[in-house]
Amino acid sequence: MKHVKTLNTATLKKSMAKSGCGECQTSCQSACKTSCTVANQSCENH
Amino acid sequence: MIHKFSMDGINIVMDIYSGAIHVVDDIVYELVDYYKKYDKEKLINKFKGKYKIEQIKEALEEIEELEKEELLFTNDLYEEYLEQFEKRNPIVKALCLHVTHGCNLKCKYCFAGEGEYGGNRALMSAEVGKKAIDFLIKSSGNRRNLEVDFFGGEPLMNFEVVKEIVEYARSIEKDYNKNFRFTITTNGILLNDEIQDYINKNMYNVVLSIDGRKEVNDKMRYTANHKGSYDVIVPKFKKLADSRNQTDYYVRGTFTRENLDFSEDVLHLADLGFKQISVEPVVAPKEMDYALKEEDLPILYEQYEKLAKELIKRKKEGKGFNFFHFMIDLTQGPCVAKRLAGCGSGSEYLAVTPEGDLYPCHQFVGLEEFKMGSVFEGIKNKSMQKQFQSCNVYAKEECRNCWAKFYCSGGCAANAYQFHKDINVPYKIGCELEKKRIECAIYIKAKLAE
Repeated sequence: MKHVKTLNTATLKKSMAKSGCGECQTSCQSACKTSCTVANQSCENH
Repeated sequence: MIHKFSMDGINIVMDIYSGAIHVVDDIVYELVDYYKKYDKEKLINKFKGKYKIEQIKEALEEIEELEKEELLFTNDLYEEYLEQFEKRNPIVKALCLHVTHGCNLKCKYCFAGEGEYGGNRALMSAEVGKKAIDFLIKSSGNRRNLEVDFFGGEPLMNFEVVKEIVEYARSIEKDYNKNFRFTITTNGILLNDEIQDYINKNMYNVVLSIDGRKEVNDKMRYTANHKGSYDVIVPKFKKLADSRNQTDYYVRGTFTRENLDFSEDVLHLADLGFKQISVEPVVAPKEMDYALKEEDLPILYEQYEKLAKELIKRKKEGKGFNFFHFMIDLTQGPCVAKRLAGCGSGSEYLAVTPEGDLYPCHQFVGLEEFKMGSVFEGIKNKSMQKQFQSCNVYAKEECRNCWAKFYCSGGCAANAYQFHKDINVPYKIGCELEKKRIECAIYIKAKLAE
């Protein structure tokens, strides 16, 4: 494409297939404790 | 849903429901606003004075292709899908153990009320700690990975009990097919070689509290005699971070209205050699002089942008560091259920007081009406657990319509309660800052991909 550069593939829909196992880290246990960010958490299924 | 923004000459178009992120030129950046409203002819007529007709046609073809590939203008598929998770029986997989409510610092902004949560300086006994481990194992269903954070007050003031709890959990985890991951959050005052060795052998992550520049840190983080903590903790934190090979830890600070130029504090921590850094906005009652105000937002946005640019520069020079809120995984991040379900407070994540009482999270401790039960009797207030479990992005009107919902998971329930007395009404300043951080994180990815 000349006008568009896509940085990633569509991950959200695909993730529904193996979603919700809950083995990943609880967001607040990482570093925050006063805010909430999930996009930087890693998935235990990968 | 589409969200677009421009930063430093880079145009980003985000397709929220697929998660796809596109760097686009000026034509596409303008066209996406009208693509669904106008037909092709009308679009060409609208833009032909600004761009060549051939260029417009080409750009429209590319937009069409992205739409066909489900990378643009996709629909929300997740609300019903999320309901199936809500119907599950809640399990608990993480505990924040307040091993003491005493603290050897009297930080001005502490949500625990100078470390004490409006109560006494109680110490958790090993018995309560072990009961908490038993409660967690029993309540965790078939989840294997269980998390325990040693928190306070200052947990090193009750370190012998921390060790007993860790040893107890380790002694039984295999019998129950569990894997404990321990973390500890400390102000560093009592750190020594022996404690450092123990932490390195046993703790999956360690959070080290420091706000940044000496004058900034010491204005907020001081002892009962008003002696700042900076000089005591910096050498200890540096040593600990190096001993963990600069991974699996965070130096973690809070910025307030007293240091709106907080990017300087982040960079100061980076200049000290720290590679894992988190500096976060204070959440404080409005009446406090250090509380952030809406009028501060423009300067804070500038600070995040400035930090993002400096981070890119340093990464390119081989001197990069991680800033917690700019870390984003565009390829293998968390699944959609995790992204939408909220932080887990009050359902899968609970706080335990020194006496063994259960609260939805560390920030609710001390608010008697949020007491949910105890490690001895389990969760008594099941309806509260359900209420927190259903506190997902679709339960909140403002989140439902927000482009950032897959990145922040609906924000912090405690912040929402503090400002609105309702866990389903998000805290606005927090939301605005979160959105800016996400944009900066994506901008960094785009810039590094050039």
